Amino acid sequence: MERDELFDAMGRSIIDGDAEVAASLAEEAVAAGVDPLEAINQGFVPGINVIGEEFSCERVFLPQLVLAGEAMKAAIGVLEPEMTKAGSAREIEGRVVLATVAGDIHDIGKTLVGTMLAAHGFEVFDLGVDVSTDAIVEKVREVDADLVGVSALLTTTMLVQKEVVAALDEAGLRPGVKVMVGGAAVTPEWVEQIGADGWGQDAIAAVATARQLVGAKV
Amino acid sequence: MRPQFQLLSDELVARVIDEARHLMRETGVKVQSEEARALLAEAGASVDEMREVVKIPDAVVDRVLGTVPHTFAIHDAFGEPKVVYGDGRVHFDPGSSAVQVLDPETNTHRAAVTSDLVRIVKIAESLPQIDAQSTAVVCDEVPKEVADLWRLYVVLSMSTKPVVTGSFGVETLEAMLDMVATMVGGRDELRARPRAVFDVCPSPPLIWSPFGAGNLIGLARAGVPAEMVSMPLAGAAGPVTLLGSITQHATECLSGVVIHQLAQPGSPIVWGGAPAIFDMRKGTTPMGAIETAMIDASYSQVGHALGLPTHAYLGTSDAKIVDAQSGMESGISAVIGALAGVDMISGAGMMEFTGCQSPEKLVVDAENIAMAKRLLEGVVPRTETLALEFFEGLDFKGDFLKQKATRDLFPLEQYVPSKVIDRDSYRGWVSSGATDTWTRAKERANELVDAFEPPALDEAALFELRGIVERLAKDAGMDTLPEFG
Repeated sequence: MERDELFDAMGRSIIDGDAEVAASLAEEAVAAGVDPLEAINQGFVPGINVIGEEFSCERVFLPQLVLAGEAMKAAIGVLEPEMTKAGSAREIEGRVVLATVAGDIHDIGKTLVGTMLAAHGFEVFDLGVDVSTDAIVEKVREVDADLVGVSALLTTTMLVQKEVVAALDEAGLRPGVKVMVGGAAVTPEWVEQIGADGWGQDAIAAVATARQLVGAKV
Repeated sequence: MRPQFQLLSDELVARVIDEARHLMRETGVKVQSEEARALLAEAGASVDEMREVVKIPDAVVDRVLGTVPHTFAIHDAFGEPKVVYGDGRVHFDPGSSAVQVLDPETNTHRAAVTSDLVRIVKIAESLPQIDAQSTAVVCDEVPKEVADLWRLYVVLSMSTKPVVTGSFGVETLEAMLDMVATMVGGRDELRARPRAVFDVCPSPPLIWSPFGAGNLIGLARAGVPAEMVSMPLAGAAGPVTLLGSITQHATECLSGVVIHQLAQPGSPIVWGGAPAIFDMRKGTTPMGAIETAMIDASYSQVGHALGLPTHAYLGTSDAKIVDAQSGMESGISAVIGALAGVDMISGAGMMEFTGCQSPEKLVVDAENIAMAKRLLEGVVPRTETLALEFFEGLDFKGDFLKQKATRDLFPLEQYVPSKVIDRDSYRGWVSSGATDTWTRAKERANELVDAFEPPALDEAALFELRGIVERLAKDAGMDTLPEFG
């Protein structure tokens, strides 16, 4: 396959949300000696950008968005070890620790944000649901995270988001790490009130906010 | 299993038909057309010429029930069958012949003009939920003599969907048939592949006026489908009991079928109507009343029992603005009509006892219709196992969004509404302007109008059509035709 043709096919595999095809195209690129970074940036990323834009215009919906994210993950899963081998580790956008706070088991929104962040070049450490504040702080320290995303769907567990911000302050990790909060009842006022740094209306908006926060940090 | 409901037992349906036959045989119907009376007399009915009353024996009824078609299609501008009456599917068109529109700027009713009709036609053409166009409003600036055909001209000039229309007098029917024929390549072509169905109204109770009977005969001979719009008014121009009015409806329609089939056996005709109960407080004819919908669902059951395709006026409201009552009445009655299996449901966009059309209400009603159509698709298996395959390797995680089946099947399982329906979070709703249904409907209506592309129609036919309309308009004293814009 010609290079341009290969890149086109990569973009299409993301748009189609086909993880198997995305992974096999990534392997094909490796075998052909294509620079893995170029494969990501010129092949796969244009695909995820198309899907993100279509989602924002309500022309595609959550299932397509999630499958595109999964296909992106599969492609990066093949290409990342190659970059490490070549010593040309991809310049990641940032390291993100994600968790749904203690006492809350709502998973879908947080996982979606994780998928989209990973698809857009963030390194994501998803701790799952009902995660204690201590465990979040510990992981931030361990991976030297740039961002923490704390999700809480319930208005009662939203209070824990405030606790996480305070604990990160206390551990001396702030302002080195920015905090994003998510959940149906989160508002810009809440973000301000608890001393967090940002939020996103949906998974696509969360990526924009994350980029902005990481950019602002440098 | 297609969801459906029936309000009448088989026994009650049989009693309605029996009493309708009894009324036709013993009481008779008033037929004010000499030509129709002659046809009936020739077929064996007893005619009282003085009183214009015709008593129709069972044998004549039996004969026409043997010739009337159980199914027929109306076609789009390219001759493709788009709406098949009698195929078991439910279709929707905008309500017809309103004289007012709800002005979206002032939120008040005013006389409809040509530009309003143009706007409605563009929107109806764009909405996939709407299966046929209707000649939705009467344009106030056009002389009465040509008001009916002017509506048809506007619709034929800018749409491709099949058309539900009707003439306002026996004089204009032939002109309107010629107009439709011009667009499809002649009267024979129109007969072979009808583009339009024409509404014909009996007058309650049990009267076929010269105009109504004349149109039945004209349409039968032209081979263009007739759609009877019988409208008993329960408690005023019809018996107060629902079954009494359903029986009056059956008598009017069955006698209409007789006249129609005697004029031309085998011509297509629809068992339709626009009845209502009579509101005992205000003396009005509430189209959004639950009992009105119950009469419609019941007479449709009677029509289907006789093998005829059916029509009803539902999915409409008596509210004056696009408010909660408008949504409630239109939504509930659209669902009732759909579950009753009515072949063609007219009424979308209408309010105030079918006196007023609203393009904005039409885009809201399209959502009702989409939901009603989704309901009719029912709950059906889409996968080999119902659930087992979804749980393979799932490991108790709520990861169904990641399954390809979710992406592939959700468009079949879920109707995705337009922006008229708000399903945002409170926060999202606030950040996108905290709009109500009315505001969103105005936005959507404007978007559809802006995006409308005139269809590619036969230029020569359009030119000829304009010639016909110019001539008739001139005869009626209108020297220049109104602009569409």
